[in-house]
Amino acid sequence: MTDPNAADSATTYTSTYSSEDPYGSTSTDDAGRIFTVGGGDWDEIVNAVDPLESERIVVNMGPQHPSTHGVLRMVLELEGETVARSRVVIGYLHTGIEKNMEFRTWTQAVTFITRCDYLAPLSNELTYCLGVERLLDIEDQIPERVKVIRVLLAELQRISSHLVWLATGGMEIGAMTMMLFGFREREHILAILEMITGLRMNHAYFRPGGVAQDLPPGAVDRIREFIPYMHAKIDEYESLLTANPIWLRRLKGVGFLDTNGCMQLGVTGPLLRASGLAWDIRKEMPYSGYENYDFDVVTESAGDCFARYLVRVNEIRQSLRIIEQAVDRLKPGPIMVADKKIAWPAQLALGGDGLGNSLDHIRHIMGQSMEALIHHFKLVTEGFRVPPGQAYVPVESPRGELGAHIVSDGGTRPYRVHLRDPSFVNLQAVPALTEGGMISDVVASVASIDPVMGGVDR
Amino acid sequence: MTDEHRDMFGASGFGDTSGFGGLAVRPTDLVSSPKPYGEWFDEATDALEQALPSFGDAVERVVVHRGELTLYVKREALVDLCRLLRDDPRLRFEQLSGVSGVDYPNDPTGRRLHAVYHLLSMTRRRRLRLEVAVADADPHVPSVTEVYPTANWHERETWDFFGIVFDGHPGLTRIEMPDDWPGHPQRKDYPLGGVPVEYKGAQIPPPDTRRSYA
Amino acid sequence: MGLEEKLPEGILLTTVAKMLNVARKNSLWPAQFGLACCAIEMMAVGGPRFDIARFGMERFSATPRQADLMIVAGRVSQKMAPVLRQIYDQMPEPKWVLAMGVCASSGGMFNNYAIVQGVDHVVPVDMYLPGCPPRPEMLLDAILKLHDKIKAAPISGKTAWTTLDESPYEKPIARDTRISQGLAADAPLVFNAPLPGEGA
Repeated sequence: MTDPNAADSATTYTSTYSSEDPYGSTSTDDAGRIFTVGGGDWDEIVNAVDPLESERIVVNMGPQHPSTHGVLRMVLELEGETVARSRVVIGYLHTGIEKNMEFRTWTQAVTFITRCDYLAPLSNELTYCLGVERLLDIEDQIPERVKVIRVLLAELQRISSHLVWLATGGMEIGAMTMMLFGFREREHILAILEMITGLRMNHAYFRPGGVAQDLPPGAVDRIREFIPYMHAKIDEYESLLTANPIWLRRLKGVGFLDTNGCMQLGVTGPLLRASGLAWDIRKEMPYSGYENYDFDVVTESAGDCFARYLVRVNEIRQSLRIIEQAVDRLKPGPIMVADKKIAWPAQLALGGDGLGNSLDHIRHIMGQSMEALIHHFKLVTEGFRVPPGQAYVPVESPRGELGAHIVSDGGTRPYRVHLRDPSFVNLQAVPALTEGGMISDVVASVASIDPVMGGVDR
Repeated sequence: MTDEHRDMFGASGFGDTSGFGGLAVRPTDLVSSPKPYGEWFDEATDALEQALPSFGDAVERVVVHRGELTLYVKREALVDLCRLLRDDPRLRFEQLSGVSGVDYPNDPTGRRLHAVYHLLSMTRRRRLRLEVAVADADPHVPSVTEVYPTANWHERETWDFFGIVFDGHPGLTRIEMPDDWPGHPQRKDYPLGGVPVEYKGAQIPPPDTRRSYA
Repeated sequence: MGLEEKLPEGILLTTVAKMLNVARKNSLWPAQFGLACCAIEMMAVGGPRFDIARFGMERFSATPRQADLMIVAGRVSQKMAPVLRQIYDQMPEPKWVLAMGVCASSGGMFNNYAIVQGVDHVVPVDMYLPGCPPRPEMLLDAILKLHDKIKAAPISGKTAWTTLDESPYEKPIARDTRISQGLAADAPLVFNAPLPGEGA
């Protein structure tokens, strides 16, 4: 294939590029001439734009662009530096997770749904497990320890997700130090999560009916050590950013969206709370025992990017409060429902092969009871059946209302799972946030939404 | 509405030899739940019945299951119903959480494509589900974007994955799949489309063509 | 781009090649090509704990025209594949591709209609890195192994041994020993030949 860069002079370069390169071609449609800016043919573009006719140019941003949080594509219509129209194109990370889950058992499907919103995998698992538990009608039988562990990990996850937001959002508008800080503290949380779940990301730790295994010894101490450490670090971030003139100028008054707009566009999470409405599902429609914790719903009234920053930073503090209480509430007990038709073996110990195994359970099924062995085999290969029906139990993910609509036909596999992801819905607000503003503010506005494309496209 | 499950390993003619799966699962009957529904459901449905004279005609079934209320709605009445649910002071479902599709190829009424709407009342902390069923030959549902602007992308996604046409939508194009993609991938008759995988010399077929255990 | 493709391979220029390869290896500029979960781990590699700056690679290039390593970090969807190829085409020669994570390497658990079953269907790959997602240490290890590969490469810098449209099932599971045996990169493949010091 001809390398467009290898040509010698500008003229041959241009002709090679537009005639042979299938991507960097020039074409014409109703709107006028369209150029694909691959570099080098800039003169042609400048000469072709007639300043008398139109000063409006269309710029394609993404799907591979450093400041669009993954594979988000934006089509911006610019007049000078002002954004006249902005449209969002998604789908570049569509993974077919929902369809794949229909071919796995109810327990296996957790490993798929955890990979949707990859910054908050435990929230994905939580909404799915709560939905399956509602269909199984075992919501009342979930042990207290399971609920506390779920809250504990979900809040740790929320902190790590907000840290990645701070890190990438900071990097995108020039606060490189914030990126280093955010990832530094995130490593501490990932170390805790890895100690508990075995993985840094994509944990697949929650299961319908409980969790995969108990907290290992030492985990609670580690979390306790982490709380004051993190408190100090948040103060550090705030002393770095909250009064930082550059930070203020980039964020204050940028990307405004009021409560009305949020409600119409279905926007939830920190964006809604930054516009003044104290809507937090953890508080308003509690799940997994959130009603027992003492925490505040953080709100701001400005509705701009800076208010969203304040909401997220203060939410980290509230999450630490919840973690503190959850650690105290942690009492010994079962970590799986008692119903043996649903419960996978969960009291795992690390075997010699480095894999988690329930040694007592193995002794029981291999040495004592043939029926138990058959039962275990059936439970793991075939899976349990879930009564027909549908359920929707949303949770408050770091980005807003995250809910799995789960449909069962009475079989051992999900009939249909649809994930209502907050990033997907919140991205609809991009035109409202960016149109009429400057092009440099587009980056700050999109960053303030905190979209995770894995959740958007699923 | 869905398939009947009765035995292990997908074999037919046998009983459930292990007893593991419990009783055979029969297709759900298409009947309404009996009144009273309990919780706030009676209050809400009564308010709806008073405000909408054609309630009996518009709502085919009212199902209360596991503490969730589902209204099966005729498509002609969907937009009016949504506007009422949003504006009536006794209901106040201000927000549409999402729209998704479900494909039931064996729907006894022949309307296999279901659009499912989850509504949320922030004022009263309530959730409600609307379900609209249409046939594959006539997959038209009126768009609710004028009532809930947030439905825009949700409806595009449902069109993309299930082929439900939302009439009156401002720009119903594919959203997740490429524009030239054939078919609607999350319908039940659309194959999962994997490739066989080799593991230690043995070929493992893609998940949708493997032996089913249920 | 340009000069090295016109130079003849052979004994005359081996020292030049070595020098060139040391320079190439020590200043790899990765393209910022984050797709999914792996991209977060890739960013963690850029963070303070793992610190990819130790290998002279902290400069993640936002434009493919100033990058010579493409770390495909995440699942590649059918919609993204043409974009990925365009970005690859825009990178100057010599260029390398690291398929990070199982999704980029083989499609992984997402064996379905939406995901390209391995990025080697779209671009030639120099290094496959398993894991879902791989730990940052694993990414560093893969990068170091790629450095070794670049050091042993011919003057053109080309090290990829997968070709396009090659079915993943016909792909040799054996390792490619051409470079370690001192053969030219375009010599016929020799599978499972013992490495130096491994014995016959």
